[in-house]
Parts: sequence; structure tokens; C-alpha cells
Amino acid sequence: MLLIHCPYCKETLPELEFEYAGQAHIARPENPAEQTDAEWRDYLFIRSNVRGDHAEQWRHSHGCGRYFNALRNTVSDKFIATCEIGQACSNGHAEGEENNEQLES
Amino acid sequence: MATQKVKRTMNNWRVDGKGRINRDKHVRFTFDGVSYQGYEGDTVASALIANGVHLMGRSFKYHRPRGPVTAGSEEPNALIGTFRSGAGRFEPNTRATVQELYEGLTTVSQNKWPTLNFDIGAVNDKLHKLFAAGFYYKTFMWPKSFWDRVYEPLIRASAGLGISPTEPDADTYAARYLHTELLIVGAGPAGLAAALTAARNGTDVVLVDENREIGGSLLSEAPTAIDGKNVGNWLIDVIGELEASRNVRVMTRATAIGYYHENMVGVAEKLTDHMASPPANAPRERMWRIRAQEVILAQGALERPLVFDGNDRPGVMMAGAAQTYLNRYGVKVGNAAVVVTSHDSAWHAAFDLADAGVRIPAIVDVRTNVNGYLQSEAQKRGITAKVGHSVTSVSGTKRVSAVKIGRISDDQYVTDITSIPCDAVLMSGGWTPSLHLFSHTKGSLQWDEENEVFLPGEKTERCHIAGGGRGLWSQQAVFDDGVHAAQQALSSLGHNAQPLSVDVEGDRAGSGIVMEELPGNDDKLSRRAFVDFQNDVTAKDIRLAVREGMLSIEHIKRFTTNGMATDQGKLSNMNGLKIASGELGRPTPEVGLTTFRPPYTPTTFGTFAGYHKDELFEVTRKTSIDSWAEENGAVFEPVALWRRARYYPKAGEDMHAAVARECRETRTFVGMFDASTLGKIEVVGPDAAQFMNRMYTNPWTRLAPGRCRYGLLLGEDGFIRDDGVIGRLSEDRFHVTTTTGGAARVLTMMEHFLQTEWPDLDVWLTSTTEQWSTIALNGPNARKVLEPFVKGADISAESFPHMALRECTVAGFEARLFRVSFTGELGFEVNVPSQRGRALWEVLYQEGKKYSMCVYGTETMHVLRAEKGYIIVGQDTDGTVTPADAGLTWAIGKKKPDFVGKRSLTRPDMLLPDRKQLVGLLTEDPDVVLEEGAQIVEAGDTAVPARMLGHVTSSYRSETLGRSIAMALIECGFERVGTSLDIPMPGQTHRATVSRTVFYDPDGDRIKM
Ligand SMILES: [Zn+2]
Repeated sequence: MLLIHCPYCKETLPELEFEYAGQAHIARPENPAEQTDAEWRDYLFIRSNVRGDHAEQWRHSHGCGRYFNALRNTVSDKFIATCEIGQACSNGHAEGEENNEQLES
Repeated sequence: MATQKVKRTMNNWRVDGKGRINRDKHVRFTFDGVSYQGYEGDTVASALIANGVHLMGRSFKYHRPRGPVTAGSEEPNALIGTFRSGAGRFEPNTRATVQELYEGLTTVSQNKWPTLNFDIGAVNDKLHKLFAAGFYYKTFMWPKSFWDRVYEPLIRASAGLGISPTEPDADTYAARYLHTELLIVGAGPAGLAAALTAARNGTDVVLVDENREIGGSLLSEAPTAIDGKNVGNWLIDVIGELEASRNVRVMTRATAIGYYHENMVGVAEKLTDHMASPPANAPRERMWRIRAQEVILAQGALERPLVFDGNDRPGVMMAGAAQTYLNRYGVKVGNAAVVVTSHDSAWHAAFDLADAGVRIPAIVDVRTNVNGYLQSEAQKRGITAKVGHSVTSVSGTKRVSAVKIGRISDDQYVTDITSIPCDAVLMSGGWTPSLHLFSHTKGSLQWDEENEVFLPGEKTERCHIAGGGRGLWSQQAVFDDGVHAAQQALSSLGHNAQPLSVDVEGDRAGSGIVMEELPGNDDKLSRRAFVDFQNDVTAKDIRLAVREGMLSIEHIKRFTTNGMATDQGKLSNMNGLKIASGELGRPTPEVGLTTFRPPYTPTTFGTFAGYHKDELFEVTRKTSIDSWAEENGAVFEPVALWRRARYYPKAGEDMHAAVARECRETRTFVGMFDASTLGKIEVVGPDAAQFMNRMYTNPWTRLAPGRCRYGLLLGEDGFIRDDGVIGRLSEDRFHVTTTTGGAARVLTMMEHFLQTEWPDLDVWLTSTTEQWSTIALNGPNARKVLEPFVKGADISAESFPHMALRECTVAGFEARLFRVSFTGELGFEVNVPSQRGRALWEVLYQEGKKYSMCVYGTETMHVLRAEKGYIIVGQDTDGTVTPADAGLTWAIGKKKPDFVGKRSLTRPDMLLPDRKQLVGLLTEDPDVVLEEGAQIVEAGDTAVPARMLGHVTSSYRSETLGRSIAMALIECGFERVGTSLDIPMPGQTHRATVSRTVFYDPDGDRIKM
């Protein structure tokens, strides 16, 4: 069972207290009425499905109830970092560098 | 059980002065109805062998006679059924090598018919050429119609391992969490050295071992002395020290079954299966979820079988197992044991057995170069050493009677064959590091070319592997490695580790080579050389898989089922891999190794379920009025997690009669309904109206305080998610109701938008479902029943119109009073603090008697709302229905620039002309009630398959209308109003006319009374 750090409670707690809430940083368009069908389709349905570090939203649903952003490696499953909503988590690597060290396993 | 035949105990296979059994404590047990005697400390297998019994079961596919091949939890053959006392306590597939003996234990063999000694299914063995790998896939393909009638029943009848219990499990199971600094898995030399090192440094340690006592391989193969003491005394001192350390917890009969993320290890602890009379109410097993900062895996290694013709015959077993039976249980596995090996360790086993009086006619070693010390030790004991030799076949069906051996020539062909009579064959193909748990962590394995084993590579968790798991062999090396692993773990924990030294005297170092199938003197095709004993997979099957085109070990595994039995290939994986790589002509590591998955050994469902069964499996939510319903004979149904009164039958009434009466009385007089399960969310704050505008389709800005409105909630994809009446209590406060099942989902969705998209809005959301009891009064007399109790509000038709809301008191209780209706009648919903619900219900019930009031349940509620065409989200919608599809475009705020889902309503697919739309259906025969879920086709369409136009979503007998009514989602439904369609149901096709969904009082006059 994964351990997840809630950036609000500032505690690292078992996965059971949390739930996944989709890919992070997909902002709802300011003015949906102005979106083309293709743009709106992308907002609704198109997700990155990465093999490696993935930006995600999670919620501390059985704790403080707050949503936060996380960076999680989809190969190891493990969380690399979590941060408050509205921020982007750092993976501790230089810009543009992927954390793919486990991809070959 | 058959009548018991008492057999005289044959103790001539016990060895005086050997073993850790308690010879003062005789234990009687039965196997297949025959009574035997063993000792406290025996397993079923050791006690049966001590009685001269090796035949313990029949194999899975060929029903070949089988005996134990190991002495531990990796046993593939000796699977038995055990009857513990009391119903619901039969267990199939128990490993006889693990089950501890206790007085009165009753056991049976498996996979035999009619008896273990004479089995008709063994004809499969004669037909083995038909049953080769892939047989099922190919043979039963044709003709197709035979599958249901012939093949599947045949396969089902002959397949399966053991017999499934049919009674509910009578036992209880426990579960606990545990946190520790260091978890050590395995209490053999490596684990004990690590535990002692950590214990003496004050570290929090948990040491688990699957056996009944600590010691691991020390119990099977004892060096002369450890730290100057004999092994027994050394172990006594060690357990004494560990138990006296307050920072150490030692758990035996506790198997680490799975290694999960972030150093969580699941440990299944057996508590009572070894007891003749367990304490009352004691749990049978306990699942520990242990979270450790550091983990040391000291699981040792498993001995590999050799692959040769007849290697599965009872009496053929691992050399190390024979050593365990001798040194741990004081049992010799035969009187004349031929040893066949590719590793030094079997020589030591032969010496132990010879020293205990077992005749060793020969040690057959496939290697040409064998350590001179071993050869001289053999000579000293008068044992013939046949180096560079191989076994070509085994004689004896239910017990080995002889082996044929010969010299391996340069071209790997065996010549100079001689037959050696014997009653046991001890084999050793070397040792496979036990890396199952490490493999659970996705830790990588590295191929060690020199020793031809997989060793631990890259780690993903804070774990250390020690001892046999790293391919180390001598006990001194293993002890030292345990100390080293502990030092590493302690250093990670930030502790200083004082090194510890353990001195082993009489240590036995050794090495060996890894073989494929042993060389023989034939073309290999007629050999019954088993690789996977439990799934009856032979070397020939694996070669066949390669010839059939399987290139990856994962495909070979699935084609042959090698390694897919309950032992997960503990003995077979490496042999299967070697044979496959030989046949493929590719190096072993390139062919790969299949993944090990939890659990390490078979684990009961009860242990996984733990406390989560019966009423603790899922909560039953009850309203405060539920007790009244129960006392008054309600019939209940589950709705989401709630238990709801479905109807209230009077004497002699069935459901149909009760619901008809409840409907009639509600429409004629008044009915009372417990609506407390409706989800409720309080939306509060300066931006509450703005928030509601963005979430719901409806406009909220101009809804005056004291008024309510039907609210429709869409997903961002434009499909209906939920609905409910929403009241505005004040400028900044809304009382939102949701469907019974949707409350949590809706609140989550609101929170998600509020926190992540609109953090600028000043709004608070609170779940209030359980804070309010909600009583609905519906019918022409509803106001008369309610009015006398209302204080602080005028509920006359003029000042309290439909969709009005007041805060007042009812019968003295603080209340939120809604004038709403889900029946089409004059209706009120009274919300009072939930603990007042039953009191108010009883007050109104008394008053209602004056006005012929009935109480009604969910079934009547469903009928009455359907008569009015009110939808139930999730029943009349299914996640693909838009407001337009459901005829709810009136609920959309046309002037609102945006709300969740609005943009999706104009996506091209949402505007297609052939969408399914919600309409009514009236059957030609008014007495036919269509089945909900029934498919709908064009009238007269008898094609097979017919084109399905939609399905029935709601269907009832309407007492009010004197006929059946239904709602349905139908392609182009609105256009079809007035036309006929067919609904095929079992036995008959029914014709119905498409109608509007409002069947009763279409103008809504009754609601305005
Ligand atoms: Zn939190």
C-alpha cells in the first residue's frame, strides 16, 4: 500500500485515505462557449497516459478532504512529490528531463 | 467416513535419538479411514512416512500415484483434505508436509476414485499422449456445438484439485496492523543472525517464520556446533534471548505472503490449525499488515528436482527433504535410498542417512568432477559413488522399487545400464534462491552465469536480501551475511550496529551444476519426466510448446501450465526455463523468468477477508424511522447502502395487493413516506448562488429565498448525473437534495470544482444527509394532517404554494418544510433533526388516522412517480442521456452563459437525430407488465438478431390507471409517439404503443390543491 504525503495535513499517510481525481493541470477553459468541438473534445477526453512521471490530482478524502497535485511514477506506482492545488510538483530533475530510470525493468 | 481400520503402528521407520518430535506424546490420527500413530511435533507427512506410507495422493491430470517430494511449504504433491472438528471446517489441498499433527486429526487423500490405490482416472496416464500440452485448446475446438453439452461438463467433472467445501466457513479470522523499524522474513541462520544483531542494538525487530519453530535449515542439516554449543542448545539460547528482548517480536507459523508498496508486508499467521481443541472464539488465522522501515528477506533457497523418467514416483523425493525427515522428525524415508544429484549437498544428505542406518546403494552424480573429500567420505561409509552417471528410469508405480542407472558417454547418451533395487530415490538438482517476495516488489533479478541462478538485482524498496537468497551456501557464510544485512539495515535506520560473530563448526560448503533433463538412453519421447508435479507438466510438454512456436517463457508457461499450480512453480520454474532455453537454443536469461505474485503460499480466503464479513462486510444505513417500519411489518429492500421500507403489507396482502392499496389510498386520501435517505447538501456562502449557477443547469440567481426548484446536474460531458429539489433558505444558503445513491458522488463533484476550478468562490459545502429526517406527506388530505402541528408558518394554499419553503416548527420540532411532490398530489416534505424523525412520524401517524392515511414504501413511490413521468436518475437514465433525451430541456437556464456540461450539449454527437429518447409505453394487453431492461424492436421485426431500438427502463402495474405503464429509452422516441413497437420477452412478444411519459393528470391540477 502506497504512502502519500498530504501537503495540507503535512503527514504521510496510507493510500486508503486518498482517492485519485484524474490528470492534473487540465484547466477548465475560461469560456467553454468559445471552444471549438475539437478543443472541447480534447479538454473532455484526451489524456496523456504516460509511462513515467505523471502529474495527477488526488484527494485526501478520508482526512482533510482537500484536493492536491502529485507527481507519481506510473511504472513504480510511487509518489515522487505532492503539492498544493494550483502549484506544479517538482520531480527534482532539471527542466524537461524525465525520470525514466525504471522504465527498463 | 468409512469405518476405521486400526493398523498396528509400524515404527521401524523411526530412528532413535533423531528428530525434534516429542516421543513422550503419542498422537493418533487417520488418513483415508486408517488410524495411525505419530508424535507431537510431526507433520501429517512425517508421521505417514514413519508408518511406511508414501502414497498420499493422485496427480491432477494423469491421476498418477504421488507421495511427498519435499518436507516444507513448497510441496506440490502431498495435498490432502483435513477435517477439523465441526461443520464448515473441511479444508482441501492442505499440504501434508505443513499440517501439524494433533490428536484426532482426520485426513483424506484427493483426486482419486474410487480409492487411492485403485483409481479409474489413472487411465488418463495411459492416454498421456492425448493429454499433452495444449490438448484442451486444440481437441475441444470442434465441433463448436459440443462445447456446452459435452466438453465443458467433461472437463469440469475431471478438473479441479480437491473438493471445494460446500458449507459456510465456521471460523473467524482476525487482522492487525503493525509498525516496526526492521522486519526479518525467515528465521533460519541468516534471519537469526540478523535478528540477534538488531536485537542487541536495541532496534525494533519483528521476526516472522512460516514454521512452528525457528531455526530454518538448522533444523534439517545441523552443523557440529555453533558457538561451541550443539544446534539444539544454541537455538534454545537464541529464542530465549530474543523473547527476553522487549524490542523483539518473534512470530512463528506466520508466513510473509506478499511484499507490497513502501515496505508493507502481509503476514498470514496460523493460530489454531495445529490444535486438537482450539480455545472457544479464538480466530483461526490473523492477517498482519506490517509496515517496516527496513526489511531483511532471509528466505533461503529451495532445492530443485532433477528431471528424469519416473521422477514423480512415490519414494522419489528431494535429498534435502529426506535429511529434514531424518534430522527434524526422526524418520527415515526408506531402507535403501539411491541418491541422484548434480550438487554436493545431496552427498551430505546421503552421509546423514547412512549414519542413521539407511543403506545407500549408490550416489549417482551426473558430474564427472566431484570433490575428493566427498568421495572419500562416501568410501568411508561403504557407499558406491557413480560419478558421470545418470538415471534412465524408475521402477515401481505406487512406491519406487528400483532405478536404472548408467554412464554418461561423451555424446550425452547413457550406456552400461544397470538396475539397482531401492525403496527411495533422493534427488538434488541444486538450490534456487527463494526470491518470491523480492519479486513482488518489482525488484529486478540478475543472472549469475557462474552458478546459473537468478540473484537479486536492482531494488525498489528499502530491503536487504541475506543468505541463501543471495546464492550463498555454507552456513558460516549465511550467518555472516545475516549479520551484514542487519548492519546495513541498522545503518539506514541511523543506528550504530555492533558486529556479531557466529562460529560454525563442521560446516558443509558445496557447489553444483544446473541440469536440463538428465541424459538417458532413449529418444526422450516416451519419458515421463516431470517438471511441474502439481500440474503434471513433463519435459516433453515444454519442448512441444517450443516446437508449437512459443518463444517467450510467458507463453510457454500458459501453453503448458508450467508453474501455474498452487505452488507457483517453486520447484518447476528453473527446470522449465532450462529445458525451454535448451530447446530454443538461447541463453537462459534471454528466455526470461515468469513473475511471482502474492501470496507466497496458498492462503485462505478467510484470512484475506478478516473481519470484513456478514454485517461488517458492508454497513446497513438505517433512518431514524426504520425501527418503526420494522415494528409495523415493513418489507425492506436495499437502496445504495440504505435499508428502505419497500411496502407495508396488511394481513393477507402480497406485494401486489399492498402496493395497489398504498397507491389508491395515497391518491384518494393521503400517504406518508420516509424520504430521509435523500441526499442533502448545504451550500452556504456569499457566492452560493453563483456556485449553484455554475453547477446546475437551472438558473438560481432570481430564485427567491423561501422558494425551491427542481435542479438538474450534468457531468462536464453533458450527460445527466443527478437531480433533486433545491430550496433557497436565504440569499446565501441553499438546501440541496440529491438522489439516495448519488449524495456522496454529488458532494465530491461539487468539492472538486470548488477546490480546483473555482477556488475564488466563497462557498462552503456540508453533507447534511444524516442531520435531517425527511417525512413526505402526499395526497388530497396532506395539509389537513400537517396543518395542526405547524407553528411559525401559514401553509394555506394561498400563502404556501407549490415549490415553497419555510423554516418553522412542526409538533414542536425545528423544521424545514418544503411544499414539493414526487407523486403529483398535494405534497409536503418535513425535515426535522434526524433524532426527532420517529417522534414526528408517530405524531403524524396518529393524526393521519382521522384522514384515512396510509404509510407507503419505495415500491408505491416508484409507481406514483412513474404515473407522472418523473424520472429516477440511474434507472431511467444510464450515463448516456442528455436533458433533451429525457425531455428536460425546460430545466436548462437558457440565458446562462455556462454551467457544467453546457458546452457538451452542442457537440455533434449530442445533436444526432437518432438519439435514444425517454418515452412512455402502453402495452396492447393492459395486464402485461413489461420486464424492466427488456429490449425493444420494430413492430413485426422477427429477424435474428433483430435490431434493438432501446430498452424498458421502468415498468409497473398502475392501480390508478387500471393498467400497466412503462417508460423506455428508444431511438427517435419522440417521433414515434403514437406508433407501435414490439418487446420480445421469454415466451411471447408483446406489442405496445409509444406515448408521452405523463400518464396521469397531465395538467398538474392535483398538485395545486
Ligand atoms: Zn490532508
